[in-house]
Amino acid sequence: MQRDDKVMPPDGRPLKVAALVSVGRHPVTGRTRRAEYDARAVEIGLSLAAPEDLSLVHAGDSSPESEAALRGYLGMGIGAIDVLQQPAGSDIVPALEAWLRAAAPRLVLCGARGETGEGSGLVPFLLAERLGWSLVSGLAAVESVDRDTMTVLQALPRGQRRRLKVRLPAVVTVDAAAQPARQSAFGPARRGELRQLASGMTPDGLALEWTVAPARKRPKRLKIVKASSARDRFKAAAAKAEGSGGQVLTGVSAQQGAEAILKLLREEGVLR
Amino acid sequence: MSEIVRRDPRTEWIARNRLHPEHEAVLARLNGGAEVAQWMGPNGIIRRNPHAVGFIGPNGIRRIDRSGAQTANAAGSARREAAAAPARRRVQIDNPAFIIAVVADMPGGRLSAHDRDVLGLARQLADGAEQGAVLLVSFGESREDALGEAGVDRVVNFAGESFDGYAPEQRLNALGGIERQHEPRHWLFPDSPLGGAELGRRFAARRGERPATQVWQIADGQCIARGAAGTVDITRALPRIVLALPECAEPVSETVHAAESIAPPAALPQALRRIEDLGAVAVDPAGVALAEAEFILSAGNGIRDWDGFHRAAAVLGATEGASRVAVDNGFMPRHRQVGATGTWVTARVYLAVGISGAIQHLQGIQQCDKVVAINTDPGCDMVKRADLAVIADSSAVLAALVERVEGVRKEQRNAA
Repeated sequence: MQRDDKVMPPDGRPLKVAALVSVGRHPVTGRTRRAEYDARAVEIGLSLAAPEDLSLVHAGDSSPESEAALRGYLGMGIGAIDVLQQPAGSDIVPALEAWLRAAAPRLVLCGARGETGEGSGLVPFLLAERLGWSLVSGLAAVESVDRDTMTVLQALPRGQRRRLKVRLPAVVTVDAAAQPARQSAFGPARRGELRQLASGMTPDGLALEWTVAPARKRPKRLKIVKASSARDRFKAAAAKAEGSGGQVLTGVSAQQGAEAILKLLREEGVLR
Repeated sequence: MSEIVRRDPRTEWIARNRLHPEHEAVLARLNGGAEVAQWMGPNGIIRRNPHAVGFIGPNGIRRIDRSGAQTANAAGSARREAAAAPARRRVQIDNPAFIIAVVADMPGGRLSAHDRDVLGLARQLADGAEQGAVLLVSFGESREDALGEAGVDRVVNFAGESFDGYAPEQRLNALGGIERQHEPRHWLFPDSPLGGAELGRRFAARRGERPATQVWQIADGQCIARGAAGTVDITRALPRIVLALPECAEPVSETVHAAESIAPPAALPQALRRIEDLGAVAVDPAGVALAEAEFILSAGNGIRDWDGFHRAAAVLGATEGASRVAVDNGFMPRHRQVGATGTWVTARVYLAVGISGAIQHLQGIQQCDKVVAINTDPGCDMVKRADLAVIADSSAVLAALVERVEGVRKEQRNAA
């Protein structure tokens, strides 16, 4: 790994980055895998720090399936993952908080939400609140990192970007706007180490009262027509969804046509 | 016009009595001067004059509009109009038992469809056994003038420089002020990326309460929320903070509420600003993913001058797209293909150049707001779909477009 292209703080100390990783679930097959957004977070981490300065942590129960999924992250060129042992149905936030306090990274990267369990996307918010760190969601790219601050691009809808200056240490969530994760290679995945660490356990009492069922299809919203007369109701029901009949300019010169198009583009405000 | 219908029995009697000397004059007055199409005869039977029904259309042919809008007599039509636009019931809640707070995204200062759904959900929670009030919390300048029709009883608007742009910490402080002042029974946020989803989670973390996220139904104190990347439904007791998905409830349609503006809490604590917004970044349109591009210039089989097309896309600042034929012929890369086999696009403006509009292509552009077509064939399907179609040679029109846009830019530069 070359270290020239990494973002280095000016004082020469390498940036310590942590990434929170989870076990994902393939949306079609239902098999465990590395979680999509978490893998993107690891990818950003690898672009910021050398693999030895990037530490990955996972909190959850260990089973052969979850181990295979976690090895997906190791295959991206990571030496080891810290696995905090947590039984199923426990609150992982206190364990992660304790680990982060001990490791004291400058930057924490994680996916926007998990692919199993509640998947509420609350973990980064709770960690940032309890640790008193800054939080940025929807990261697209990290532009530069200084000693105390970093400049990042946040993804807005429609491919737009916003530049933010964030004070470190910070928790950053990553979603589909960040660059896709690299492939996981088999050899490094086999060679990598899963360091099992003991940690405090906090049962999640509230979640015991929930009923979890496979997702029901949501009812489609009906078009409700509030018309007083039968004629209006018929007109609303028989109306075609599209083809309102636009304006057709026939036999115009190219200049006139361009003028008409330009007028529409200006009205819609897409021309900058 | 007054709502009360005042009857004049004598005029009605004259209108019924064809033999009355003032009959014609009264009928003319009732009908605003036009011929009368129907009236009640002396024995209480409705008499009709078929020659007076309808109106003469633009081609000189008599047309009959069965909606009654044209042939109704003056007094009747006013009443019918009142029935056609059902008046919304006006609701004023002076002493609410509790408050339901809704934090709307309001992109561009207007309520989004998602905001309206969440307000509908808030109304469900407020109009129970006890009568509560819906409090809308909004940030930035509000341009929405029909808040009452969306079901809002009270409005608190935080405007000012400190709330502009991306200021989550400042907004969180404002919500804390609302919490202290009104102590809402529930907080509702739209679970929309970079809007309510982030602010709601921050607020829940700050309050130390566990919210329900991705809620899509609320009934009998229980809520159903999506979990595990949308693959499971979690049924749980309704918490105080709720982040709701789009279409979680029907928007308010039958009542109009007061939307009374109340002053924001004074003396908010100054937030520690850890995040500074440096403003929007100009993005290269070519780098924007086709599926989320705002403005697409798309090329089809009718393009001969490809250099001119690429130049037009660069000058207009549009993302390039292509039809299947253009991709198959090797003029455009595969990831630029629009349509059922390529990308389904959601552009606001889709400019189709030399695309005849195969059904697969039209499927791909279903969600576009405005479609503009430049084509030589006036009978093609794309022209039928388009909001504006120019029947001309595509390369000439594109060249004229480029010339005009560059001319305007040069003028602006000279003026500046």
